[in-house]
Amino acid sequence: MSLSATSDSPETSKRPSVNSEGVTELQNAVIRFAGNSQDGIQTIGGFLARLAGRSAREVMTYMTIPSTISGGPSIFQVHLGSGEVLSAGDDSDFLFAFYQHSYDDHIGSLRPGGICLYDSDQVETIRTDTDAIHVAVPITSATVESIGGSARDRGKNLFVLGMVAALFKLNKEKIASLIERQFGRKNEDVLRNAMLAFDAGFAYPIGNVLSLEFDLKKGKVQGEDKVTTDGNTALTLGLLAGGVRYGAAYPITPWSTIMEQLRVELPKYGGLFVQAEDELAAVSMALGFAYAGHTAVTGSSGPGLSLKMEALSYATMAELPLVVINVQRGGPSTGLPTSVEQSDLMQAIYGSHGDCPRIVLAPKNVADCFYIAVEACQLARKYSCPVFILTDMALASRIEAFAQPDLATLVHEPALDQATRGEEFKPYPLDGETRHAPPGTVMQGGKYPVVTGLEHDEWGHPSASPVLHAKMTARRRDKIKAFGATLPLPEIFGDDAGEILVVGWGSTWGPIREAVDRMRAAGRKAGAMHLRHINPMPNRLDTIFARYQSVVVVEMNDEGIYGYGQLATLLRSRYCDPKIRSVCKTDGLNYKVRDIVSRVEAAAAEA
Amino acid sequence: MSATAETPKPLTKKDLTADHPTWCPGCGDFAVLASFFKVLEKLQIPHEKICTIAGIGCSSRFPYFVNGHGVHFIHGRALPLATGVSLSRPDLHVFAFGGDGDGYSIGGNHLDHAARKNVNLTYIVMDNFVYGLTKKQTSPTSPKGFKSKTDPTGAIDQPINPMKKLVYGGASFVARTHAVQVKHMMEVFERAILHPGFSVVEVLSECVVFYPGIFDDGNPRKGGQFDVIEEKKWDNSPEDADRHDVSDENAAYRLASLQYPGKFGVFYETDRPTKNQLEQNMIDATREKQGAVSTVDLLSSRFASMK
Ligand SMILES: Cc1ncc(C[n+]2csc(CCOP(=O)(O)OP(=O)(O)O)c2C)c(N)n1
Ligand code: SF4
Ligand SMILES: [Mg+2]
Repeated sequence: MSLSATSDSPETSKRPSVNSEGVTELQNAVIRFAGNSQDGIQTIGGFLARLAGRSAREVMTYMTIPSTISGGPSIFQVHLGSGEVLSAGDDSDFLFAFYQHSYDDHIGSLRPGGICLYDSDQVETIRTDTDAIHVAVPITSATVESIGGSARDRGKNLFVLGMVAALFKLNKEKIASLIERQFGRKNEDVLRNAMLAFDAGFAYPIGNVLSLEFDLKKGKVQGEDKVTTDGNTALTLGLLAGGVRYGAAYPITPWSTIMEQLRVELPKYGGLFVQAEDELAAVSMALGFAYAGHTAVTGSSGPGLSLKMEALSYATMAELPLVVINVQRGGPSTGLPTSVEQSDLMQAIYGSHGDCPRIVLAPKNVADCFYIAVEACQLARKYSCPVFILTDMALASRIEAFAQPDLATLVHEPALDQATRGEEFKPYPLDGETRHAPPGTVMQGGKYPVVTGLEHDEWGHPSASPVLHAKMTARRRDKIKAFGATLPLPEIFGDDAGEILVVGWGSTWGPIREAVDRMRAAGRKAGAMHLRHINPMPNRLDTIFARYQSVVVVEMNDEGIYGYGQLATLLRSRYCDPKIRSVCKTDGLNYKVRDIVSRVEAAAAEA
Repeated sequence: MSATAETPKPLTKKDLTADHPTWCPGCGDFAVLASFFKVLEKLQIPHEKICTIAGIGCSSRFPYFVNGHGVHFIHGRALPLATGVSLSRPDLHVFAFGGDGDGYSIGGNHLDHAARKNVNLTYIVMDNFVYGLTKKQTSPTSPKGFKSKTDPTGAIDQPINPMKKLVYGGASFVARTHAVQVKHMMEVFERAILHPGFSVVEVLSECVVFYPGIFDDGNPRKGGQFDVIEEKKWDNSPEDADRHDVSDENAAYRLASLQYPGKFGVFYETDRPTKNQLEQNMIDATREKQGAVSTVDLLSSRFASMK
């Protein structure tokens, strides 16, 4: 057979090698599990990802959440590798199909010559027009048999996990300890059944039907075990490290898991999180926390952010610090609640009424969700303004392994600043930084401040003076500009100059890098530039653009009426450079690496 | 400052007075402000612990006229902001102010939720049955037939009944007063402030420009009647049987159903745990279970569980 070692062959050159014992050594493997959400497919994916993190392997996962509540088709894809893993993989090397519909929908995702293991109790019709290697395993009946009693078919996921462990010679003890950690908490029966199913899968004589064995190479030994988690969890922990102790929000997918975790975690840190009656109340409560002197957070997804916009305009005017999270999903309106999109960029920057400058950041991967949350807290305090974090559905749910952050240097211990303010106190000095006196502060002059959304003077007194409004508008804008001036130019990945620069933001960081790798392997002089700070963006990006023949911005949003995606529009308006092209997409799915390559090439050719 | 240990000097009306109110001469809200000052003077709350919060409206300009920490927020959202302040700062005395539009219309849902959660704060509504700041549109309390700019031939929608809304919503202290009855107003303000939990006072406060005379029926000096609720004294006297039991929710609804101008005083008062306390209990229980752990240790163990 023509099994190649990487998911993305034939574009890449890493070939598998068959060793003396006939074992195929793999650098990478992309495994897709397709079933229904109630089958616990996410659980297998989670175990594999965590195992990879414990064995010096890179991992990235991708999953779909069914939009119906009672379950429905669901997939989980795991990309394991001994080198750097940047995307969840375009095509899969292995497909585990639990049902006929899973088979029908996903057999096309298997790369040529890939291996499909299907549940022969459920899948009846096999296609004959593919070169996939088909392996029939009676997953349902074998699972029921292994657990016995009235087990029905629960535990199929662990049976499959056992097969995967055997197939790839994974460390059985490590997996068993992970299973124990997950199920041991529930009760002994649950754990025993899980282990029975897992062992049965591990012992299943797959060799009788598939005369191949695989060994997933280990990466360079990295010393410590890695942390394996999803973006929403990383973001939650970043907020805690950054000093957030109070927050309020209203549930919405895919934001909810952040607020659920904060609700549980914050009391441990002496803080609290409020589930508000709606997003208007949520942002207002969060501003109440901020006014009271705390680092506070609110968050939502698109529809909820729309509701928060009036209060966020207040936060700019009153100059209150607030971290605002938008876990973007497909819009407009209720849109595609469980799909990925980057279409809220302009809303984050310009979505409120009035001249309303604020900071907008976007994390590039799961680890960065942690770091960017810490940074957002610091910036909110320093510049006393709302700071947006634009993450997305893909980052929210995908699992990656990364090194544990250096907590000792990153953790901020919050403290209320209630030092007595002197008579000269001005919260909004024209020539200095905004500093509030939170309630409880003794005002030596006997004059107490009222924070307002009306235009005001340096002391915060309402004033409709035209001169003052111009000055204060400039002041609120200039502090954001001043932050922009502190930002270093982004590092370039790949060629520092040449034919094509691919520009991206947010969760496309990995796939864009992989695309640039491939373009370079094919002889192109190409580089990638990624923006984490989007408003303000670093100055002098034009000096980078000047080094390439064309600049192509890759985004997951619509090209709009004038033909350019949201970041592309901003870059073109800032630099007036017609060389800046745009690649957009609106199907609610992650970019495949090969699509980035072909569409960037096409856009560059147009230029 | 002097080096001697200071006994804080008493808080006076003068200390509390800020900008001269921009209300129209004769506006009912002046009396509300004056009564508020007097009650603060009596209760001697430390100056820096006073925090006044309002949304938008004539009445919502209140915080500018009190020299204390304050927030002039956005229309209808004073209560959620005040909730954030109250929950995270048990040391403060949090007061929210607003009008009928701010509190019962655009902010109506927040009122129900702050009430049911029993957030520890005092909320004073200056109800003038009209939108004053935006110059005479129909408000949720405008009676049928009121001719406003948005209902030139007279309002057609049934107004809400604030007292029923407040009792139903779960406010743990609900009272009603009239801005011309300063003594009565001060009494209920004081009780509201001393009540632990979400206390609300509905004040009939006349807009002399856009709805003059509307509250004369409750003003003896204008030929009306100021009918004060007699509360039970629990003295086993035969008269006591007819007096109002403030803890009786059904009795509160009956009072709220009386024909306008109705009765004034405390409709309902109950002792229920505040959200502030319930949240604090949760924090205490969690922290007791985990022992004294630093932030870095808490986060480290969380990361360790993900390896
Ligand atoms: C979001 C929003 N919508 C509308 C307004 C305009 N507005 C300001 S105050 C007000 C009504 C105020 O009425 P009320 O709360 O009864 O206060 P009053 O002026 O009568 O004291 C309205 C509609 C606003 N400021 N914000
Ligand atoms: S318009 Fe009415 S409510 Fe507003 S200040 Fe004047 S009298 Fe008072
Ligand atoms: Mg009014």
